[in-house]
Amino acid sequence: MAQSLGREPMKFEIYRYHPETDSKPRMQAYEVEVERGMMLRDALLAIQAEDETFAFRHSCGEGVCGSDGVNVNGVNCLACTTPVSELKPPVQVRPMPGRPVIRDLVVDMSQFYNQYQSVDPWLKRTEPNPEHEIRQSPAHRDQLDGLYECIMCGCCSTSCPSFWWNPDKFLGPQALLTAARFVLDSRDQATAQRLDALEGPYKLFRCHTIMSCVEVCPKGLNPTRAIGQLKAMMLKDAV
Amino acid sequence: MALARRRFDTLIIGAGGAGLNAALQLANSGLSVAVVSKVFPTRSHTVAAQGGVNAALANVLPDNWHWHMFDTVKGSDYLGDQDAIEFMCREAIPTVYELEHAGVPFSRLPDGRIYQRKFGGQSQNFGGEQAARTCAAADRTGHAILHALYQQNLRAKTHFFDEWFAINLLRDDEGVVLGALVIEIATGDPLIIEAKTTLLATGGCGQVFRTNSNAHINTGDGMAMALRVGVPLMDMEFFQFHPTGIVGKGMLISEGVRGEGGYLINKDGERFMERYAPHAKDLASRDVVSRSIMTEIKEGRGCGPRADHVLLKVDHLDESVIAKRLPGIRESSKIFAGVDPVYEPIPVFPTAHYSMGGIPTDRFGRVVVPERHGEEAVPGLYAAGECACASVHGANRLGGNSLLDILVFGRLAGKDIRDYVRENPYHRNLDEAVVEAAIAPLERWEQGGEGPGVAEMRGTLQRLMEDHAGVFRTEAVMQEGVDKLTDLRERLAGARLRDHSKAFNTARIQALELDNLFDVGMAIAVSALHRKESRGAHSRPDYPERDDMQWMKHSLYFKAGDVMDYKPVRTKPLTVETFPPKPRVY
Repeated sequence: MAQSLGREPMKFEIYRYHPETDSKPRMQAYEVEVERGMMLRDALLAIQAEDETFAFRHSCGEGVCGSDGVNVNGVNCLACTTPVSELKPPVQVRPMPGRPVIRDLVVDMSQFYNQYQSVDPWLKRTEPNPEHEIRQSPAHRDQLDGLYECIMCGCCSTSCPSFWWNPDKFLGPQALLTAARFVLDSRDQATAQRLDALEGPYKLFRCHTIMSCVEVCPKGLNPTRAIGQLKAMMLKDAV
Repeated sequence: MALARRRFDTLIIGAGGAGLNAALQLANSGLSVAVVSKVFPTRSHTVAAQGGVNAALANVLPDNWHWHMFDTVKGSDYLGDQDAIEFMCREAIPTVYELEHAGVPFSRLPDGRIYQRKFGGQSQNFGGEQAARTCAAADRTGHAILHALYQQNLRAKTHFFDEWFAINLLRDDEGVVLGALVIEIATGDPLIIEAKTTLLATGGCGQVFRTNSNAHINTGDGMAMALRVGVPLMDMEFFQFHPTGIVGKGMLISEGVRGEGGYLINKDGERFMERYAPHAKDLASRDVVSRSIMTEIKEGRGCGPRADHVLLKVDHLDESVIAKRLPGIRESSKIFAGVDPVYEPIPVFPTAHYSMGGIPTDRFGRVVVPERHGEEAVPGLYAAGECACASVHGANRLGGNSLLDILVFGRLAGKDIRDYVRENPYHRNLDEAVVEAAIAPLERWEQGGEGPGVAEMRGTLQRLMEDHAGVFRTEAVMQEGVDKLTDLRERLAGARLRDHSKAFNTARIQALELDNLFDVGMAIAVSALHRKESRGAHSRPDYPERDDMQWMKHSLYFKAGDVMDYKPVRTKPLTVETFPPKPRVY
């Protein structure tokens, strides 16, 4: 396999917007020397090293903190786990769609966080806690796999058409995945209350199973399936 | 210009495990709590902790807190304070249960109890058979804990300042800490937060080294803030290099991999740890394993075309074990090393990982400084987590004791702060001169003109630290490092920002972080140069032995004049017998 170890120039086009100087956003072209194993975050850092006016969020560099969700060639992803070798140049990097832009690739995530908070994302117990751990069988614990690993990067919700149309009423895939994480936790004692809170035409039922969320989740999670589980439980609850 | 002010009972800087566990105690007790974090709380670096948190629950193998204490004292190479260690190991058990009750999705045993795995440096019966003490949520324990703590703080209505950066502490001329000067990243506007107590919980400083396992945000902000108000840093020469970072990148491959049965091999396929630690083998202490890897490579037994790494072999484990217990590691290996550990070994090399040293505290989280007859607490100032030094890790931290440290001491600091606020119920007067001193770094970076850029200075510093304060340290190498660092620090004064805009100016934040990295880097380099022995992570080929007669003492580095002071190790535990220093073999 002839794989080059050397550095090669690659073209990038980055969304730029500065609220103090720009009346509207623009795309700015950059060229980056890329090498094997380089991630998109590395390329963005190389750009920033040359042009410190360019702003984006990032931190852990290994796909666990969820800071660097961006839209690349039309698809949401985490910059730090996306190899540049998989991207078609010129690589167009934009902020995640549907959110107000603060500056460059930095978006205002407040609504996304508010919706997360609106599902009461904490374990609720009515009984006093035991002196030891609350027991949970491995099978019950397995129910949480695919739910608890969410890193709140926002890739899913900001790629969901239902979320774009009704961001104030539809909770979006991330908040619903979180709701399912607590509904399906055998230790949680507020299941009925949680399901009741999801009633109505919008909060949950605006999900039209378009499944963009599943395609983009950088952790391989499946919010659509979680939403389906919630729907099934609500039906069972209603009967 | 009169700055905006806000007042809270208590201010917490940092929203990782230590900050959030303290916040939770305080919010639950009805105090007004402000948590300032430069990133959204769940992005704090606690999220990256993989393997787990130690507590002698004895769910898998026999265990008790006293054995845990012995292992921690021995792991510390007898530099840890035994009262603080006893306290931490006792508190570990209720702390883990409390976390479980808070919702942490721990992995489970067939009977429904918390799963525990084997980790390095753990033993039963004071140095006997391997113990299994590390409570795990697959290999995403830090993520599971941080999210649960954030969630509980939402319930408790903690007041979060998300994406605000703390610049300096406000300390008056009587030595009392009155809060901090912070800046909102989105707007660039500064704010004074007045608080009756301030807790530093800003985490580590791994970004001082070029190849590290740390997040971009781990720039030692709290440590540097403490230095700048005259508080020394303790035991900063002890920096842990984790044995298994992905070669060339530094991302961490959890010790849990070896705990689940993985092991290291050299180019001959030899399981070389059997030579260095015949009993514990691959689960010897981290300092021991890192030095062994470096020795293998130095003696020509490294792997790959450049013979610059060793291999971590996992492919003999059942795929279901990897899927169940190490899913995150498999994902990271595929993405960053291009290997699937189910079929191929992972190329690894030691990576800068953890600061054992930090802001000196007592076991209640109070920051303490030397006074004529012993030491005294700085009124209103607390520290917990990696930025603090209690000291429970001494010269080398055991895997699984870091999450434990942040949770136990975060929780306890919360309790002590509650008492302090009860006894000191009123805000003190904040003098304008105190504010002026605190805002100086912000104004300094407003200067225009030409000069070296922030990214360039940061890169130079990181390479310097890697070359002159790495795993093996000799007098000549370290002296050269301190000299170069002194020169570089002079150049820092001439460094300039190009971008002086206000809105979400990441360059300005990185400039302020650069100041912090320099302060912490100097503390490490100077402390290391002065310690003339080998102990734990501080390894000197020119002084290869541990010297308990002269050096069983804590170092204190002061920024003013780059001077050192020392204080004795607290060898007397709370209730049990002292563990006297012994040769450390695994």
